[in-house]
Amino acid sequence: MSAKVNERVELAHNAAGRAVPTMVNGKPQIPFLGAGKYQPRGRKAAPAITSNRDYPNNGDKRVADIETALRKCGLRDGMVISSHHHLRDGDKVALMALEAAAKIGVKDLMWFPSASFPSQKGAISLMEKGVIHHIEGSMNGPLGDYCTQGKMRGMGVLRSHGGRYQAIQDGDVHVDIAVIAAPTADFFGNADGSHGKSACGSLGFALADSTYADRVIVVTDNLVTFPCVPWQIQGNNVDFVVEVESIGDPAKIVSGSTQITRSPDRLRIAEMVAQFLRAAGIMKNGFSFQAGAGGIALAFVEYLKQMMKQDGVKARFVRGGSTKFLVELLNEGLTDYILDGQTFDLDGVKSMANDPRHVASSPFTSYNYHGKGNFASLVDVVILGATEVDVNFNANVVTHSDGRLLHGIGGWQNCLFAGCTILALPSFRDRIPVIVDQVTTMTGPGEMIDVVVTERGIAINPLRTDLLDAVKGSKLPVRPIQDIKTEVEKICGKPARSKLGDRPCAVVKWVDGTVLDTVWQVS
Amino acid sequence: MSKADSTRSRSAEAGHWGKTVRSDVHVAFEARDSGGVEISLESRVAPYYGTAIMDQTREVLAELGVKHARVAIHDEGALAFVIAARIEAAVRRAAIALGQRSLPEQRPPPPPSQKDRLRRSRLYLPGSEPKYYINASLHAPDAVILDLEDSVHRDEKDAARILVRNTLRAVDFGSCERMVRINQLPLGLEDLAEVVGESPDLILIPKVERAEQVAEVDRMIGEIKARNGIVRPIWIMPILESALGIENAFAVASASENVAALTIGLEDYTTDLGVVKTTEGRESQYARSRVVNAARAAGVQAIDSVFGDVADMDGLRQWGEASRAAGFEGMGCIHPGQIRVIHEAFRPTATEIEKAQKIVAAFDEAQSKGLAVVSLGSKMIDPPVVQRALNLVERARAMGVTS
Repeated sequence: MSAKVNERVELAHNAAGRAVPTMVNGKPQIPFLGAGKYQPRGRKAAPAITSNRDYPNNGDKRVADIETALRKCGLRDGMVISSHHHLRDGDKVALMALEAAAKIGVKDLMWFPSASFPSQKGAISLMEKGVIHHIEGSMNGPLGDYCTQGKMRGMGVLRSHGGRYQAIQDGDVHVDIAVIAAPTADFFGNADGSHGKSACGSLGFALADSTYADRVIVVTDNLVTFPCVPWQIQGNNVDFVVEVESIGDPAKIVSGSTQITRSPDRLRIAEMVAQFLRAAGIMKNGFSFQAGAGGIALAFVEYLKQMMKQDGVKARFVRGGSTKFLVELLNEGLTDYILDGQTFDLDGVKSMANDPRHVASSPFTSYNYHGKGNFASLVDVVILGATEVDVNFNANVVTHSDGRLLHGIGGWQNCLFAGCTILALPSFRDRIPVIVDQVTTMTGPGEMIDVVVTERGIAINPLRTDLLDAVKGSKLPVRPIQDIKTEVEKICGKPARSKLGDRPCAVVKWVDGTVLDTVWQVS
Repeated sequence: MSKADSTRSRSAEAGHWGKTVRSDVHVAFEARDSGGVEISLESRVAPYYGTAIMDQTREVLAELGVKHARVAIHDEGALAFVIAARIEAAVRRAAIALGQRSLPEQRPPPPPSQKDRLRRSRLYLPGSEPKYYINASLHAPDAVILDLEDSVHRDEKDAARILVRNTLRAVDFGSCERMVRINQLPLGLEDLAEVVGESPDLILIPKVERAEQVAEVDRMIGEIKARNGIVRPIWIMPILESALGIENAFAVASASENVAALTIGLEDYTTDLGVVKTTEGRESQYARSRVVNAARAAGVQAIDSVFGDVADMDGLRQWGEASRAAGFEGMGCIHPGQIRVIHEAFRPTATEIEKAQKIVAAFDEAQSKGLAVVSLGSKMIDPPVVQRALNLVERARAMGVTS
């Protein structure tokens, strides 16, 4: 059985100098060896053989409700149930499934969400009742606090989107039952996210589970007559289809519209990022970029767009998280394609449904480590956030400086493989400096982070002499990272370091499945 | 004094807290007769700065001579100079330690400001909103104005004054000129008493109607400077905001050697006139021309009002260009986003610069040859044209348009 948090855990120091557990939830671990250093061998995992004879010839796989579906899947104690976050904070299906499992009376499940959200805090009472043993997946808000207070029985495991695919493929995690929320589906199990009252865009996060899980349940609130076209999830992988009144709260699935930051300081950061791309020669015909849906990233797209128009530059593709700002780029002919991993607003959803140049991608195409390459490393430049970055350019996205879990890794680690990785950050938040001596939790090694843009200047990783040379002579405020740190500490005062506990309550995996760092219990 | 009164006056609060508040702090202070100092702290940055805030609170109270008190602090990530200002304001409101101050460490002061320096843009910073101060200079306005007048509620004037004083000591405004807008007289004199000792570069006096008001401010600044041994200049910019003020524009502009610029406040002026303020500004054309003329006559800069719609960048640009054409040298900003547009609007055009540079070259050549008459091609250039060209080239250099 799984190790408990309060048992003694053996630690090893990995290549990043961080102390990490050698066993996690009863499984031996490989400490991080350095980026690109670990070479896994063997064969990929596979689900059990299935046969057509076991499925209805008329294609109708519907059952009455989730509970029935789980029973028919053979749910029992200790199984792994997975869910996905394409409905984001609006998702109702994951909790529906876990509560149905509670009703059936099983114990010690491992919940394996691609990400969890604050609205799923109901999982806490299921952990207290013993239904869920632990969670492997991002945790924030109440779930994150529950974990970092050391209350979860097993250890949390945080993986990137690509790392989740990798863990499924190399058998680190075997999904017993995948529950896939589908905005549209037919009785055979073909499913898609672009249409229906709960439309959310791509279902890419569920792809790995749909092909590797032993059992797959599709839950929809928009059942259409076969065939459901287009289908992103293939019904041939699906065991059961359940129709429900509602799979999610549309108001929380996508925002009606995403908002650009109005803060003058953050606008300044966004503009400096765009100026950097132009000065460094990255913004050129046929280039590609990825930026998220945060306020700074959206503003960056607007500034970049102006510069692209001024310079007559067109991108070959941009990677989503799509928003109306990327859709505008597409519609104005400033990019040939959007390759979209998830869709953040209604304009994005509509565009993906109607424009063949707006393509749904998945963690497999974009991020997976066990593929024969992935798109992330083809992207010229990526603009990311972080909670902290240290003077060696190591960065943290999962914990706050006080050690509490704050965010999942998402695609963040996978994006570090882009040609140029830029962190766009305010230099302090609420008096707390963002540039520190050493990050609280290492989520990305500094060797893969190239540029830090703050409102007080741009720091370029000394390893990137090419970038330093490229912007030499520009008017950009390029400064050593230590300089910016010193200036901010003069303003804010040097913060006291929080004392972290000595009990691991979660681990951060690197994209290859090795253990990069430990999240410690907060006292 | 009744017992109830004495109790009330011994406890007071200052500052702000709450979910939407950033970079400020709320201090509830209660004096007592014994028991020493007891502090309770709630802070969103407690794990990092909790100890520092407790230590600072004790130091500030000691400097103010407070020995026995209960202090409850709700901190929203305020910087040290803000925390000190809020504690001092609360203590003073409790009518304790009158006349005592707790001054934060002073940054090395920037070089003194020149009377005719570039004043294209001045960014208003409300005197009770510390979150805007630290990064204001990053947006590179020519000046920042710490405002004690209209952006500060009348119940907050005392606390804002202390905060602005500390800000002048502690905040790095880079190469921005540091201006303070005081309140209308006589309240403005209390503002001067608190802030002049910290050497602001310029004082804006609102609602000026007569030269005597400028003289009074000038006199008080002079006294405080003398008392504090301040030798660097503190300039004055009177704001004309009424029909009477406009009528007295020249007298006001020439009321003191220390007046560096004259400006106009259109909201109050149009109210005084009983007309509607429009984006085109036809209703204030006379007043604005009058300000330009009076300023030039007195040898000071004419500076325009603010443009109130922060979303309308095209309107702002048009206003700024018209303003420059009318003879103004700058205007106010109420949002950092306006700064760049204003700088562009007040920038001489490439054609203007080129022409001026040719004239200056011709002038230099005439000088070197000892000629009194400057000529360019077949044309003779009049001395005022030469002067204007020299001014323009120098301004363009200051703006970084030419090297």
